[in-house]
Amino acid sequence: MKAEYVTFVDSYADKLPPSVLTEVKESIPSDLTKSELTKIMEAVVLSYNTAKINPGECVGLVSAESIGEPGTQMTLNTFHFAGVAEMNVTTGLPRIIEIFDARKDIKTPMMEIFLKEPHHTNIDKVKELATKIKETKLSELVSEYSLNIFDQLLKIKLSKELLENYDLSTKEIVKNFKTKTKGFEISFTDYEIVFTQKSTKPEEIKELYNLKEKIKDIKVRGVKNIKQVLPVKRGEEYIVLTSGTNLKEILVLPEVDPSRTFSNDIHEINEVFGIEAARQAIINEVYRVIEAQGLNIDIRHIMLVSDIMCATGTIKGITRYGVVKEKASVLARASFETPIKHLINAALEGEVDKLTSVVENVMINQPVPLGTGLPGLITKMK
Amino acid sequence: MDLSVHKKIESISFSLFSPKQITESTSAKIVTPELYDREGYPVDGGLMDLRLGVIDPGLRCKTCGQKLKECPGHFGYIELARPVIHIKFVRQVLDLLRSSCKSCGKILVPDDKMKRYTSMLDKEEDDGEDGDLDSRRRKVKSLVSKFTGKDKCPHCGTKQEKIKIEKPYNFYEGEIRLSPIEVRARLEKIPEEDLPIFGFVSGKFRPEWMIITIMQIPPVTMRPSITLESGERSEDDLTHKLGDIVRINQRLFENINAGAPEVIIEDLWDLLQYHITTFFDNSVSQLPPARHRGGQPLKTLTERIKSKEGRIRHNLAGKRTDFSARTVISPDPLIGLNEVGVPLKMAMHLTIPERVTEWNKEHLRKAIENGPKKYPGANYVIKADGRRKTITEETKEEILAELEEGFIVERHLVDGDIALFNRQPSLHRMSMMCHLVKVLPGRTFRLNPAVCNPYNADFDGDEMNLHIPQNEEARAEAKILMLVETQIISPRYGLSVVGCIHDAITGNYLLTKELVLKKEEAVDLLYSCGVDNLSSLPDKDKIDGKDVFSVLLPKDFNFIGEDKSGNEVKIVNGVLKKGLMDKSNLGQESGLMLRNIYEKYGPAYTADLLGKISKLGAAVLARRGFSIGVGDLDLLPETKEEISSIIKKAEEEAFKLIETFYAGKLEALPGRTIAETLELRILEVLNKARNKSGDVAIRQSRESSALTMAKCGSRGNPLNIAQMTSLVGQQALRGKRIESGFNGRTLSYFKKNDLSPKARGFIKNNFKSGLSPSEFFFGAMTGRDALMDTALRTPKSGYLYRRLSNAMQDLKVAYDSSVRDASGKIVQFMYGEDALDVSKSKKGALDIKGIIHQTTGGRK
Repeated sequence: MKAEYVTFVDSYADKLPPSVLTEVKESIPSDLTKSELTKIMEAVVLSYNTAKINPGECVGLVSAESIGEPGTQMTLNTFHFAGVAEMNVTTGLPRIIEIFDARKDIKTPMMEIFLKEPHHTNIDKVKELATKIKETKLSELVSEYSLNIFDQLLKIKLSKELLENYDLSTKEIVKNFKTKTKGFEISFTDYEIVFTQKSTKPEEIKELYNLKEKIKDIKVRGVKNIKQVLPVKRGEEYIVLTSGTNLKEILVLPEVDPSRTFSNDIHEINEVFGIEAARQAIINEVYRVIEAQGLNIDIRHIMLVSDIMCATGTIKGITRYGVVKEKASVLARASFETPIKHLINAALEGEVDKLTSVVENVMINQPVPLGTGLPGLITKMK
Repeated sequence: MDLSVHKKIESISFSLFSPKQITESTSAKIVTPELYDREGYPVDGGLMDLRLGVIDPGLRCKTCGQKLKECPGHFGYIELARPVIHIKFVRQVLDLLRSSCKSCGKILVPDDKMKRYTSMLDKEEDDGEDGDLDSRRRKVKSLVSKFTGKDKCPHCGTKQEKIKIEKPYNFYEGEIRLSPIEVRARLEKIPEEDLPIFGFVSGKFRPEWMIITIMQIPPVTMRPSITLESGERSEDDLTHKLGDIVRINQRLFENINAGAPEVIIEDLWDLLQYHITTFFDNSVSQLPPARHRGGQPLKTLTERIKSKEGRIRHNLAGKRTDFSARTVISPDPLIGLNEVGVPLKMAMHLTIPERVTEWNKEHLRKAIENGPKKYPGANYVIKADGRRKTITEETKEEILAELEEGFIVERHLVDGDIALFNRQPSLHRMSMMCHLVKVLPGRTFRLNPAVCNPYNADFDGDEMNLHIPQNEEARAEAKILMLVETQIISPRYGLSVVGCIHDAITGNYLLTKELVLKKEEAVDLLYSCGVDNLSSLPDKDKIDGKDVFSVLLPKDFNFIGEDKSGNEVKIVNGVLKKGLMDKSNLGQESGLMLRNIYEKYGPAYTADLLGKISKLGAAVLARRGFSIGVGDLDLLPETKEEISSIIKKAEEEAFKLIETFYAGKLEALPGRTIAETLELRILEVLNKARNKSGDVAIRQSRESSALTMAKCGSRGNPLNIAQMTSLVGQQALRGKRIESGFNGRTLSYFKKNDLSPKARGFIKNNFKSGLSPSEFFFGAMTGRDALMDTALRTPKSGYLYRRLSNAMQDLKVAYDSSVRDASGKIVQFMYGEDALDVSKSKKGALDIKGIIHQTTGGRK
């Protein structure tokens, strides 16, 4: 498209929103005359103005209806198999509820790790990264534990096969023990580690036993919380799906493309990237679920819910502890849940309800300040 | 109607009553537990005192002089012999006791530190960090606990002792019990300046008011007694409870005055505390609830307010209304899209108030002459002075004689009146739309089947509600904003929610696909569905179905789209040149052609056209005939063979997989165990077999009505047909094949650890040939699972919906297109980032390509 045309289209910036302008720019044919373009732009402005939302429209309720109504059509089935080689993910209604509740511990935390340029098409490299980040605990490698009570010894045998598989040596593993095995002396051979108690008081067998339980949880390799990895093909490239998330540590890895990698844990995204990213993450996650269910909901409705959850700068769930608690009106809060608590506290604080929202006005039989209840009419009486 | 001066409530403030306020604002002091004297007349100073309001017809209130229903009721009070703790404030009292000094009453934090903490607390609150009383109290508590380690008051040096609570309301300092008198004395000491620290308002609030010395008695209008058929009076729960309180209070007074021993007084005091506590809340966990003689617990104040059936959600946030009706619905394709058939009987009870003017005087006069029993009549007349008169045979003459302009006649419903029609659950705004009344014989509401979808209604016994708006303002709003045709486009996704269904689609599909009509037939067909301008019908002897359909379309309509199977549909200048009319152009939730017509010609035209199209569809089927039978499911012998060979092959393949699995040669998919891999692979093979044989069946089966319906999208889909004709397929539970219900097997009919398709829920029969017993059982399993799913889902999604709507109901678009909440806080700077209304857009966007196409004339 000619530069002249671009500036001409841009001159409509005060009349049309950016998204419409870009779409016009993308879709006009190349052999357009100036007069045709003017005609098109006028027609677009006209159709935009007729399709514009009316002031006073109760968009909140429309969005709530648009999301709530198809809720009855969503499946309750938690897991689904998108193709054969994917991971289990929470979908459907449970996932939507989870997101809107702004729950801290979600059922299936997950990451999609994208890799940078040279690596992303190389399956071996991707697999290598996958094994590298997978959290491996000592207990996964051990083939046998033996407690020797007389010598105050704990002997563990490591599986040779697995060690080779994971490309780990006993020496490397022992390095990871650090302070966790305080009070014990460690000696190791190729596939065996022996813990000897330093003090030889006979009553401290319990210590040995505790140690056995403790070392099971020692992380020998990988990134914390990454419980499962799965390299899969996405279009042209390979990506790594993980169950369990740890954005902070994954993003700093040199092979990882930090601009595309993401997690499905909204709170984690908020912590790592900030609230705007969290808002977008909520939109993406909800939209993904709705699309997977084959439902049709306009993105604007999801955007509005996401915005109200993030409006205060922190993520607030749509619960009595989150968004509803933020309301200024006592009666509005009381009409939702735990009415007595709200009324008592209001009395003690000496709160004043200004009656600016919907429910209070319904309660006292006054017009609601939305839609046709919003404008007042002033007329001269003859 | 009343004058347009309205008192408007501007705000409601909440605070605590002080004892002084109570005595000043109440109208009666209650001194006796007796209710009525021997004549059944309320006792003065009793709980049913006439000064507290009236509940008996004929009596007048002694305070305001008004009659029943006019008097709002007045509060009374009793003086308690000993103070009592208000159960709802126990936690606050405890915190105050713990955080303030026992002798000087100041907060147990040194002055110099306090300043810093106060500003910190206030700042946090301003930042919107949990600005509510509970969390503030919690913070103050933790603050105080930092300093109480020293055990001494930083202000006066008095040693502090730990205060414990024995739930629900007994306070102990060390081992000594603090009586409410002492508690009150301590709270009195708390200086006014310390109150804001705890988040209480100073000026309007004193902590000692949380201990009751003078108690308010709610007015009788709040606790009316009911007279039973036997003439006996049955009192309200609250009255019972208040009776207990007054009785015990009197006894306590007497005992104190008589100088009774301390033990007796203590006991009575405790009892008084119990009764007052249960008066406020009868479900305190540590107390036995007060009961009726029958053993059923009393419903006291808290229970009255709380929960879905409580005052707030049941009576305040939701209200009941007159001029409404409810009955079963039934379909009537012949009435308009925006009409509702109202039974005659209902039309004679539901009325519309109409003011007499010189223009309508005659017909209202006629209505009064007809009276309430002859349609169209009238039921009441409201005179200019506001008095209401019932129209009967006897009063008719008199009313007619004095009828003049300015009177209001409540006349029967007639055709064209405005009504709101609703079906629960009202999940979206299309669940309540405005219809025009059409009075019909019969006892059911009639509605056009095309509007079933927005209401989610069917005719298996569904009932719906009808409301008649009673003033011009309401009617205007209903007609302009809620009429069916204005709601055709859903705000959820910007497509039509109203569209042809069932026969209407099938009929038009067959018409545009294969029918060729004689001219007479075509004219008859069109005329029967309300078309009288037949000038655009081609003047030929044999007329193609497409041309018949085209007669309905506007002459300047151009459209290019797709039909359900992806073929092009082309309409040029109002003539259907190419393609078939099926669900994707006529149906709901797609209806692209309808969407375009709506945009170009407006709501009213679309509704009219839709009505004609559906009538046409039904008329075509009525003339052509359309039915299905078992014969529709017959397959050719070679098709049958092909299908059974597909099934056989698939089964063999599955067995082969199982063999390789047992041989340990099966390669695991990434991230899966071998056993899981086997399951997935088998599932894949079997599903493929089902799809393949289904395709074969549909491809080869002869033209049948069942197939026609599936093809045009009016009912059923190819899968349904495949399940009836070829095979039902693998039954899946939670995305897997059916797993062992018994030890190692699904049913005792099979051998243990049998992984074969038929032992794990593969149904190779079809519905026509019938299922084997084990297959039937597997089918029932998935059926039950689906049933459970819906049963569990409905309340869950209902709760989600309630939370969403409660959180978002105040959001509105301001005049600058930003979205704001009730207190003016901005949530979005521009609604949806482009301020487009989804219900005015096409699938949530402007049709820019269409505009360009129109201006450039389709040049690339």
